[in-house]
Amino acid sequence: MGLFPENSRPREFLLKAVFIAGGVFCLTSLVLLVAGAPPWPAFYHLFVGALGSWSKLAQVLMVWIPLTLCACGLIYSFRIGLWNIGVEGQVVAGAIASTAVLRFGVESGSASLVLAMAFAAGILGGSLWAILAGFLKTKGGVNEIFGGLGLNFVAQGITLWLIFGPWKRPGVGSMSGTELFPESLWLPTFLSGRLSPVGLVVTVLALGVAAWVLNRTRLGLALKGIGSNTRAAYLHGLNPNTYFIIAMGMAGGCAGLAGAFQVTGVYHRLIPVISSNYGYLALLVVMLANYRVWGSPWIAFFFACLNVGSIQLPIVLKLDSSLSGIIQGALVLTTLLVYGLRRKTKGEERPA
Amino acid sequence: MTDFDLTVLLASIAAGAAPIVLAVLGETISEKGGVINLSLDGSILLSAMVSFAIAYQSNNLFLGFAGGALVGAMTAAVVGFFSVFLGLSQVAVGFVLTLTARDLAYFLGNPYARLYGPQTGLLPIPWLHDIPVLGPIFFNQSFPAYLSLLLIPFVWWYLYKTPMGLRLRAIGENPEAAYARGTNTRTIQFWYTVAGGLLVGLAGATFSLCTKTGWGRPQGAEGTGWIALAIVIFGGWHPVKTALGAYLFAFLQIMGIHFQGWWPSVPAQVFQVAPFPLMIFTLIVMYLAQRSSARTSSRGSPWLRGMVRILSGSAPAGLGRSFKPE
Repeated sequence: MGLFPENSRPREFLLKAVFIAGGVFCLTSLVLLVAGAPPWPAFYHLFVGALGSWSKLAQVLMVWIPLTLCACGLIYSFRIGLWNIGVEGQVVAGAIASTAVLRFGVESGSASLVLAMAFAAGILGGSLWAILAGFLKTKGGVNEIFGGLGLNFVAQGITLWLIFGPWKRPGVGSMSGTELFPESLWLPTFLSGRLSPVGLVVTVLALGVAAWVLNRTRLGLALKGIGSNTRAAYLHGLNPNTYFIIAMGMAGGCAGLAGAFQVTGVYHRLIPVISSNYGYLALLVVMLANYRVWGSPWIAFFFACLNVGSIQLPIVLKLDSSLSGIIQGALVLTTLLVYGLRRKTKGEERPA
Repeated sequence: MTDFDLTVLLASIAAGAAPIVLAVLGETISEKGGVINLSLDGSILLSAMVSFAIAYQSNNLFLGFAGGALVGAMTAAVVGFFSVFLGLSQVAVGFVLTLTARDLAYFLGNPYARLYGPQTGLLPIPWLHDIPVLGPIFFNQSFPAYLSLLLIPFVWWYLYKTPMGLRLRAIGENPEAAYARGTNTRTIQFWYTVAGGLLVGLAGATFSLCTKTGWGRPQGAEGTGWIALAIVIFGGWHPVKTALGAYLFAFLQIMGIHFQGWWPSVPAQVFQVAPFPLMIFTLIVMYLAQRSSARTSSRGSPWLRGMVRILSGSAPAGLGRSFKPE
């Protein structure tokens, strides 16, 4: 499935795109009408809220960075056939690890060294959290969906415990998170202090690495082999369990990087909703991107626009901001429908 | 919590577990037929919202429950149509639906947030609720709790003692063989998925009209659907055992509230997530109990042997696979 299917003719692609866009538009308008809201103003405010000014665009890119990083990680785990639903918890684990380093390094002189260490810790934290889910699958027989989900809730619990317990602000702990870090430990930004160039560069690098590893190395081939036929790969001498752990580690590393970025570049502290559901959203991004690396950043950008655009809906139109989620879900469902119907009518035999 | 009344505890477990029991029974039915309905979490929230909205507008609880059941059935029908008839990945469709249904619930339910609406009261059964210990536990409950208690033996009887149940299990185990024997595999899979979704919808209605009354963001039922999915595995796809798992989970939740009173320094949110690692732990124990080494080493002791037998249970062999008739 996906918006960019392999070897499809331009005319057919256009037809499908029109159908999908029309389907999403109709579904969303229907929902808006049910809610008693006029569709046009809602779409207009979504658009203006996302791309109306340079500062809005910067905000979109700040959402794009963690979303793309998570999507990038998920491609590793999807390639081997794992449903890494625990990506949400891996973001949180990365955020916790990098907060720990930053708290420790507040006194030290070299801010850039501490920031680099915080990023490394984030990658490590996310990676370990994912590997935990991987071991639950290979050693404990817990399906990665349930292990990952359980660990998501556990990571959430640890965050809350840290914010209200050991890391609470001087005085009394609150849902607003831990104490702000000194500005020397913030990632440098431009565009009215909203966009971090380091984050952009790191994200593009992560995409490049993923594309290289998955398409040009033995490791990528092994992941693909196990993902398409575990038994055949095993008979070929590849141990699926080892590669499950490796793929989870890579996926968690990317997610942890996203978490570290949320801490150092966006919130400058640990907050209860540090992952902002980007992990779950990234799963949808990757599904739409047909599980491929170069499709993801575009879809992630579109999703980020929807997320940022919907922020002001409650103020302007008294609508809940979850409209963005509805549009995203409708998009994936319509794409699935088009893909499924086409497969049914043409009798194609490609596995979903 | 100083005084600790066992009867009160058991009665509150039976009441609090009602929606979870309904959800796990629904999921057991559809998974027995080979379809994983992963949309549980969102579907419970959406049906909770719809049934509260309907009950609030019409001031009629029955309509509320009916609306919730309908929404659950419709969500399941989407899963069924996409996976059974179009042959798409059940996990993918279910996951997208879970997120979308949740957002839909928050979006459409916005005007109904934090309102006081109708809710089910206790319906003591005459004569029977006076029985000393059993009375308060089983015969002084609300309508959904009675329904959940009655459905456990019914689903068991239906699945294991009727020809329809046998046919459903046959489809879940080996759809090709069932098809070869002349069963209309896909239609049956679809309708049992819808039936399971109906129960899931009732679970959502139970949340907003009975156990966690009202609607809001968050409602309080978030995460239950995922727990229900894990409980179905924990119960080895057996209706009675999954229901027991649901009661165990309700017990853990209630104990969480008690522990909170005992250790006030630990934030409440930590206890709310406590059942999740316990659930992972039980899944691991279950997996280990199924290994052959556990079977051989437990042979000596009747207690251990019984434990292993209770904990073991295997998934329907055709679970999660889309069947394509030739």
